[in-house]
Amino acid sequence: MALLDIQNVTRRFGDFTAVDNVSIGIDAGEFFTLLGPSGCGKTTLLRMIAGFDIPDAGRIVLNGEDLAGRPPERRPMRMVFQSYALFPHMTVEGNVAFPLQMTKTPAAEIGAKVAAALEDVRLQGFAKRYPHELSGGQRQRVALGRALVTHPTVLLLDEPLAALDAKLREEMQIELINLQKEVGITFVYVTHDQTEALTLSHRIAVMNKGRVEQVDEPSKIYGFPRTRFVADFIGHCNLFSGQVAASSDGTVTIDVPSLGPVRVATGSKLPPGRPATITLRPEKIQIEASAPADTPDNHYHGKVADLLYMGDVTVYRVATPGGMQIEALLANSQSGRAKFFEVGDAVEMSWSVDAGHFIEE
Amino acid sequence: MNIEPKPVSAPKLARVGRWLVSGPPLAYLLMFFAIPSLIMVLASLRTPGEFGGLAPLVEDGKLDLNFDSYARFFSESIYAEIFVKSVWYALATTLLCLALAYPLAALITRSPRRYRDLLLLLVILPFWSNFLIRVYAWMIILGPNAALARTVNAVFAWFGHTEPVPLLFSSFAVLVCLVYVHLPFMVLPLYANLEKHDPALLEAAQDLGANAWQRFWRITFPLSLPGVYAGAALVFIPALGIFAIPDILGGPENSLIGNVIKQQFLETRDWPFGSVLSIVLTVAALLLAGLAAWVARHNLGTPSSVREARA
Repeated sequence: MALLDIQNVTRRFGDFTAVDNVSIGIDAGEFFTLLGPSGCGKTTLLRMIAGFDIPDAGRIVLNGEDLAGRPPERRPMRMVFQSYALFPHMTVEGNVAFPLQMTKTPAAEIGAKVAAALEDVRLQGFAKRYPHELSGGQRQRVALGRALVTHPTVLLLDEPLAALDAKLREEMQIELINLQKEVGITFVYVTHDQTEALTLSHRIAVMNKGRVEQVDEPSKIYGFPRTRFVADFIGHCNLFSGQVAASSDGTVTIDVPSLGPVRVATGSKLPPGRPATITLRPEKIQIEASAPADTPDNHYHGKVADLLYMGDVTVYRVATPGGMQIEALLANSQSGRAKFFEVGDAVEMSWSVDAGHFIEE
Repeated sequence: MNIEPKPVSAPKLARVGRWLVSGPPLAYLLMFFAIPSLIMVLASLRTPGEFGGLAPLVEDGKLDLNFDSYARFFSESIYAEIFVKSVWYALATTLLCLALAYPLAALITRSPRRYRDLLLLLVILPFWSNFLIRVYAWMIILGPNAALARTVNAVFAWFGHTEPVPLLFSSFAVLVCLVYVHLPFMVLPLYANLEKHDPALLEAAQDLGANAWQRFWRITFPLSLPGVYAGAALVFIPALGIFAIPDILGGPENSLIGNVIKQQFLETRDWPFGSVLSIVLTVAALLLAGLAAWVARHNLGTPSSVREARA
C-alpha cells in the first residue's frame, strides 16, 4: 500500500474546480512530482496534503490514517515554500532550531541536530548568519535544512527552485537528488518546469485543468505520452492527427491531411476511419541532404523554413509541400561544422515505425 | 576618453533647487523650534520678576543669570514626585493603548481588503472633532448622573458597598481619557507594520509545528516590534506632557507635570521655574526614548535583519 494515498480528492473555488477527482498513490522513499502548467491545480493539491486547504470531497490518507481534521502543525510533513519563508529575525541556526523547539526537543539535543541538518545541506559555518546575509541558493538550503531537521515522513516542495538562476538551479537539482537519496524521505515536488520534473523524479503526475492526465516514470512520460496534452507539454513534439487508413500486424497507417500517410507501430488493432494521433519527437527524425539509400518506413521531403541554433543542437523547422511544419533536431556533433543546413535548403526526412508513438483518441 | 556622465542640470541650479525644497522646513524649524528652545533655556537661568515674568537681564551693570530655579527643582521633592507620577501615567497609558491597539490592528490587517479602509477611517474618525470637545464629552459620560456611574454604583451596592463611588475627577477618568485620546497613535503604526508581514511566514511556522500562540509570540510579535516602538513613542511622549485631560477630568491629586508647567507660566507667573520644568520634561522624554531604543537594540533581539525586512 502506498505511503501517501490521495483518494478522489476534489477542491472547488466557487464555480472553478481547481482539483477534480484526483487519485494518486505515493510510495515511501519516492521522489514524486506534480507537473503541470500554472492553474492546473498542482499547488492546491500540495496545500491540501500539507493541511493548509481542505478537500471538498475525497480523502488524503497517510500510513493508513485519514488526515482530515489534522491541522498543518500536527501533520508529520514539512513544506518548502517557493519564497523560502525564512524567519528574517532569526539566524540560520534559529530558523533550523525552530521546528525542534516546537516539538519540545530537549535543549541539549537541539545543538547537535541543528549542526547535523546544516551539514546535510552543506551550510556549516553559516549558523550565525541572518537570512538577508545569504545568497538565494543558501537561503534555499536553509529552508531545506529547516524542513528536514525533524525527519518528517513526507517533504513537500512548492516550486523551490523557481527563484534561482538557471546555472544554480541545475546545481541545486543535483543536490536535491543526492539529498533525497541520503535522507530517504518521500519528496512530493511541485513544478511547472518539465525538464526539472524529468531530471528529478522517480515518478511524475502530469496535471491539466485539475485532473491527472498520466502518472508514470519520466522516460515513459516522455517516450509514451498517453494523451495529446502530455505529449505537447513535455518537451517538443510533432503531432500528426488524422484517420486510420489501414492496420496490419502491429503497424497502423494514418492518413494525415496536408502531409500524407504516416506509419507507426502499435499494439492495438483499429478499424479504418477512426481518428488518431501520432506523436513524434524531433530527435527521432533523420534529416539529410539527399534521399536515404534504403526505403525507410516514413519518408518526406521539405525545405528548411526556420532554424534555432542552440549550441549543442540545432532545431530545424521543415515545411513540407503539403503545408505542414515538422520540427527535427540534429546534434551539432560533427567537427568543423557549426550547422548542417541553412534556411531554404531542401532536406529529406525519414523515421522508422518505432520512432513515433500512437495515441488513441 | 572621458566617459563620466554629464550632470543632467547645471550644478548651481541643482543647489538652488535643493535649497528651495529643504529651505522652508528648515527655516520653520529654526524659527519656531530651535530659537524658542534657546529662549527657554535662557529664561530658565534668569530671575523671576517681582510681579511675574522675568526680571531685567542686566541689572546694575551685571548679567543676572543663575541656577536658582534648577536648585529649587532639585531641593523640593514635590516636583520630583509629580514627575514620577507623570511617568507612571504615561507608561500606563502606553501599555493600555498597546493592549487595546494590537488586537485592533491585527483585526484590521486580517479583514477583507474592501473593509480595511473603512475600519482605518473609523480609527481616525475622532480626529475630525475638536480635542477639547472630546475630553468634555468624557465629563458627561463619566458624570455622577450618567448611566455608567449609576450602573457601576448599583453593582458596588449589590456587593454591599453603598457609599457612591465618583468616576469623574479621579485618576480613573484621567487614564481612560488618556488611553482614548492616544489610541489611534498606537493603532496606525502597528497596522502599518502588521500589514507588511508576509503571510507565508505564519504558514511556514504552522507547518513547522507552531500553534497559534507560538506563531504569535515567536513570529508576529518580534517582527512587529518596530511598530510597537513607534507607537509607544507616539503615545508616551505626548502623554507625558499633557495638561488638558487632568485639568478637566482629574481631581486636585491628579495634577501632572504638564499642569504644573501651565500653572507656573499662567498662574504663578514664575517663568524661569516653568522653563526649568519644561526643560527637565524634554530631557526626561529624550532620555526615556533613548533608553527604549537602546533596550530595543540590545536586549529584545531586534537584529538588523528585522529593520531591513520591515524597511
